[in-house]
Order: sequence, then structure tokens, then C-alpha cells
Amino acid sequence: MDDMYRDYILDHYKNPRNSGDLPGATNTYADSNPLCGDEITMALLIDDGKVADVRFKGKGCAISQASASILTEEIKGKTLDEIKAIDRDHILQNLGIPISPARVKCALLSLKTLKGAAWGLPAWPGEEEAKTAG
Amino acid sequence: MAVTLRPGAPARSPLDVAKIRADFPILATTVHGKPLVYLDNAATSQQPRSVIDAMSGVFEEHNANIHRGVYEYSERTTAAFEESREKVARLIGARDSREVIFVRNATEGVNLVAYSWGRDNIKRGDRIISTVLEHHSDFVPWQQLAKDVGAEVVVVDIDDEGRLRRDQLSAELRKGAKLLAFTHTSNGLGVVNPVKEIVTEAHAAGATVLLDAAQAVPHTPVDVRELDCDFLVFSGHKMLAPPGSGAVWGRLELLERMRPFLYGGDMISRVSVERTEWNELPWKFEAGTSSYVDAIGLGAAVDYLTAVGLAKIHEHERFLAGYALPRLTEIPGVTLYGPKTTDDRVGVISFNIEGIHPHDVATIFDREGVCVRAGHHCNQLLMTRLGCAATTRASFYLYNTTDEVDALVRAIHSAKKVFGV
Repeated sequence: MDDMYRDYILDHYKNPRNSGDLPGATNTYADSNPLCGDEITMALLIDDGKVADVRFKGKGCAISQASASILTEEIKGKTLDEIKAIDRDHILQNLGIPISPARVKCALLSLKTLKGAAWGLPAWPGEEEAKTAG
Repeated sequence: MAVTLRPGAPARSPLDVAKIRADFPILATTVHGKPLVYLDNAATSQQPRSVIDAMSGVFEEHNANIHRGVYEYSERTTAAFEESREKVARLIGARDSREVIFVRNATEGVNLVAYSWGRDNIKRGDRIISTVLEHHSDFVPWQQLAKDVGAEVVVVDIDDEGRLRRDQLSAELRKGAKLLAFTHTSNGLGVVNPVKEIVTEAHAAGATVLLDAAQAVPHTPVDVRELDCDFLVFSGHKMLAPPGSGAVWGRLELLERMRPFLYGGDMISRVSVERTEWNELPWKFEAGTSSYVDAIGLGAAVDYLTAVGLAKIHEHERFLAGYALPRLTEIPGVTLYGPKTTDDRVGVISFNIEGIHPHDVATIFDREGVCVRAGHHCNQLLMTRLGCAATTRASFYLYNTTDEVDALVRAIHSAKKVFGV
């Protein structure tokens, strides 16, 4: 009944690929959508400028988790520069479903965490900021 | 978890809902080809024709800025604006309409009190008591004030059915507090606090009391003199009025001593290079051109609600809650939050479906024409307490029907089917 919840989306949601911890990860970044409570931690093992391995952990809606699962499948072996070049349209195209405007943030959380990891950003909020916001 | 529903809900509605629905143009619309089933009234409500007409009447017949012109149209618009204030004052039992200040919404009302009263009365080391049920609008302003002046915010917990922990509240009040800021009715759980008892106890402990009545004034009779609170805030858009309307009520003697919140036009009586004298109440707190058309819409909404009767509206919503609660409870995998009785809860029903995130639930509901809220409901303290990031929330109003509750139940089954849970 619903274009957004095609079988492969639900399959990625229920059986996420590359899910779990990545021992020896070189780049890790976590973020969330406070509005809905989606959370994703993206962990990369970068070797010789390439993604040797990737794992993600998360919880949240089907769109956010399926998006992360699909994304991890395609990035293994890619160079950091290739990852940094992935854009929003690519993610939405890869999902292959119509995403309503209110759900775009869900779909893009995976990309946000991947970019954070690829660029080696510190966790958000930074420790100092977290203390003052406490 | 097995849930035992205690009796208490009315057996039938006292309202002629079909007649009421005919007054709301939007309720005849369809969405995704399905009749609109609007169950997001705790977020915002719809407008009856009389409110729409009152507002377009200003634009079409006599629009002019209020409190300024000495010509006919300005005087007519000013009169309509001030008449709305009288209507709001009567609705909430205010002694004097000067105690009613128009603001954009309840959030602005709390900020007005926090900046104006708070900054002169809350000092370093003082304590502010809040609760885990508070909407962010009644928590963040106090949290930030406390940070600025070095005060402390204490958050009172709830029990496992969502009722305020009175033992904890009493203990905190005994330790002393400058302010108790709490909600009449929870926007997340629908639980209704024993407001009068709590206010009495807080006053005995020497605390000033601000009551967030955003989920109360639209749904039940509220009388500030009976409740005996010191400040009360609510939003117009949750009570059939347009967004941009709302009010803060305060005791005259407190408002008179308070400094203004926003400075500028209309809130002054005399300005020189050296100093400014403030306007009288309530205009001291209404800087700049007010959202006067919205306020006039609020007056029309008050007329509508008063004509239907707020006691009857309250009974109708308890009837719907009593109809919905057992039907939702019996669906496998559905977890309901809040009291499982209609004695001290209203038609705000938060739930989760095992295995489906609330945003996926709401997206699937949308395709069935069913509008519900999914998320944290500006209630992250409560979500943390419940141990979930988000819930799906259905909230009823005077125009909702048992057929719409049935549509909600069908939509839950659809969502479960899509997700195979």
C-alpha cells in the first residue's frame, strides 16, 4: 500500500548489512536526529586511503536504518575522496523510493555520519560544548 | 503487560458532533484520497467558519492598526481586539481583563514571565521546581534563567502510570522554592494533575506558581480564581483560534510590579531621551503592533467553545478516550503510555507499536488520511523517563468521532501488516 515501504527497504531495516561494532576502526562518528530519535554510529577502517571495512550501529525509523545499511554496502573499497564526494541526491536515488520532505532528514543521517567519519570530525557536541550545555 | 481498564468514562457523548463538524470546512477535505481523520489536536486544532469569518471580516471590512488611529476603522478594530480580551478574561475567570496579556503562544507567555518576573525575583541559589511532564516551553526558559542567575531547577518525577510523584513534589516544596512551574494537563500522556491541591501546597511553601494550561483551556473549564495560580499561559491555536494568538494571565498585583518584557511601540506612555514611562496594563506587555487579527480570531473561538460548552467538550473527549483505550490495548504489540483510566486523563493517547518506529507509523497512517504526531512532542524529559526516543500520539477534540477512532485502529493494523509485525 505504500511506496515508501518496499520489501527491500523493510529487508534492510530488519536485517541490516554491516551492522555492529568494528574493532580497530580508525574513523568513527555518531549523530542523531533529535526530532525523531534516529541514531547512527558509523565506523570506518581506513587503510591506505581506502575503506577496508565499515560497520554501523543505530536505532530509529526504517528509512534511516535502511539508508545506512544500503550505504555501507556500496562504500567498501572506495577511497576517502570518493566518499567525501557522495551527495544527498545519490543517497535519495539509491534508496529508490519517494521520500516525503519531512522524512529527508531520516534518509540523510547515514550520509551525515559517514561524512563525519570520513573527515575525522570530533563527536558532536564537542566535550566543552556538552559541559556548558549540561 | 496486561492492562486492566478501570471504568469511569462516560457511556455517550453529550455533543452533537455531526453538527459541530459541519462548522469546520477542513473536516470535509480528503487527503491521499481518504477522508481527513485529524487526530493531532494536541499539536494544533482546526478553525470553525465563525473564526475564519471573524478574521476575514477584519481584513475585508475595517482593518486598521489598533490603539493608534482616531478614525472609525482603527476604533472598530481596537474595539474588536479589546472585546477579545474581555472574552478571554471571562473564559478563564479573571477578575480584571487587564490581567490578560495577548502573546503569540504559550511559549511566549512563559518567556514573558521568565524574563520579566523571573529576572527580578529568582536569585542566585534560589530553587525552581519543574516536572518531567513539562513541555519544553515550560522547562527551557526556566533552565536558561537558572543558568543565567545561578539558580537551581529541580525536576519532579512521575510514577509508572505517568502521574506526578506527589511525595517527591512535597519533599521538594518543603526544601523551599521561589517558583513552581507545572502543567495542568500533560501534552505527552494526557494525564491531568490535581492542580488545585498542588497550588495550595506550593503557596503554603511560599512558592509562586505558573500553570501551563495549553492543554487545559481548550478542553475543560479553567478558572484562575478557583485554581488560585499566580500565572497561567495558553495558546490560541490549540483552541480553534489561529496560530499567533495566545495569552498569559497574571495576578494584577504581580503584573503591576513587573518590568516590561519587550520594549518599543505601544508599550510606552511617555518617551524622552533620558527615560521612558511604561503604558498601563495590559499594554505595558504588548510592544509593537499586536497580532490583533489573530487575537480577534481567538475571541471568536472563545465564543464558539463557550456556546458548545467546555464541560461538555471535556465529557466528549473522556468518552472518546474511554472508547479508544480498550480498543488500542487489545491490539498485540501496542504499548500505551499514561494512566489506563479516564478519571484523570484526557483524550491524548501516546503509544508505540513494537517493531515500528513512530515516524514510520505516522507515515503509514498518513496514507490512510489519519493525522497523528510522531516524535518527542517537545517533551524530551518525558521520553527519557519513559525510556523511548519517541511515541505516536493521537489527540482528540470536540469534532472527533468514534468512527475516527475506528480509523485509527485500522491504521494501526495496516502499519503492522506493512512491517509484518
